[in-house]
Amino acid sequence: MMAGIILVCSVVLFLQFFVFYCRSLIAVSAKQALSPEVQEVTGIQRTASGDDFQRVMQLLQLCPERREDRNGIQAIGLYFRLLNLLHATVARLVPSMNSWTEAERGQCTYFAAVALERRISFSRDMLAQQMDA
Amino acid sequence: MLGPYTYCTWLVCSVLEAGVVVCAIKAGAFRRYLPLNLWMLLELLSGLSRFYVLHSYGLKSKEYSYFYYYSEALATIALYFALSSLYAHVLEELKVESYVRMGAVLLLVGTAIFSYSIVRQSADRMTTRFVVEMSQNLYFVGLVLTYLLWGAILKLRETRTRLIQFVLSLGVLFSLFAANYALRNLYPDLRWLWGSLPQLFDCFLPLAWCYTFLRIPEEARIAPARLAVAPR
Repeated sequence: MMAGIILVCSVVLFLQFFVFYCRSLIAVSAKQALSPEVQEVTGIQRTASGDDFQRVMQLLQLCPERREDRNGIQAIGLYFRLLNLLHATVARLVPSMNSWTEAERGQCTYFAAVALERRISFSRDMLAQQMDA
Repeated sequence: MLGPYTYCTWLVCSVLEAGVVVCAIKAGAFRRYLPLNLWMLLELLSGLSRFYVLHSYGLKSKEYSYFYYYSEALATIALYFALSSLYAHVLEELKVESYVRMGAVLLLVGTAIFSYSIVRQSADRMTTRFVVEMSQNLYFVGLVLTYLLWGAILKLRETRTRLIQFVLSLGVLFSLFAANYALRNLYPDLRWLWGSLPQLFDCFLPLAWCYTFLRIPEEARIAPARLAVAPR
């Protein structure tokens, strides 16, 4: 009985902390503007659509991985899947939820585009260092 | 003999823990978040010492068993104090640092007494059971305290992004551990699974904190109320 209560409390709190943590990661990246070339590659100008997430993630996987980004990208990938689940179930019945999940999915895409921007500049720096050497 | 999974997570976790301290020093935040960094160093030290004890005495030895449980309990207590240091950061303008410290010690003693009252019937291996019970209870107390801290952040409109990310990632870790302990009690037959998950969870916090130290500058600000906005 006690273990059951602890389990329910922990799962509810876990979901809450996880969602807030992901949103804090997204909020930080939302303040960064994309460079014109990343805008061109991803097709994202000011706002992004959730439907582009997979495409941007594929572009991201083409670039050399950076250890410090990995955690954030994985967390946002998980959050995006959670949003997709909500989008396909509860959001169909609640219109306000539908627009909220859509906006959040778009923010996830923007986060991935910012991560892509960082990886591109990281690769460029590496290449420049190699050229110098 | 431990399997490759345990060795691998052990190694990754130790590297990441060292990484957090390096990142904190690099970001010039080692002293500012001293308790968090000391906890990371303690975790690193306890991991390395466990490895040494394991190789000196063997997996089934009494020495390793005692060392494992006692170092785990010590690390949990240190994590608990690291959490109370985050309280001190959030409440620093209210000048209640001494009260926070006193409250943390009282709660720790209360948790220890509660854990003792649960295990006092078991005459055999009571000390080990007490240590395990107290670690489990401290994780749940830690989860509740982190939730209260998050409430304080929202109420006091705390905007430091680094601090917010430390608290939220700590909340994720505590809730994962508390859920794992509850599942272990509910489904004891799957002990092998519940026993192997904490090593994976242990990697999450150093990864999240590395990211925070590297990516989020101390002066970064965020409105926490925005994170908690629910669809209407």
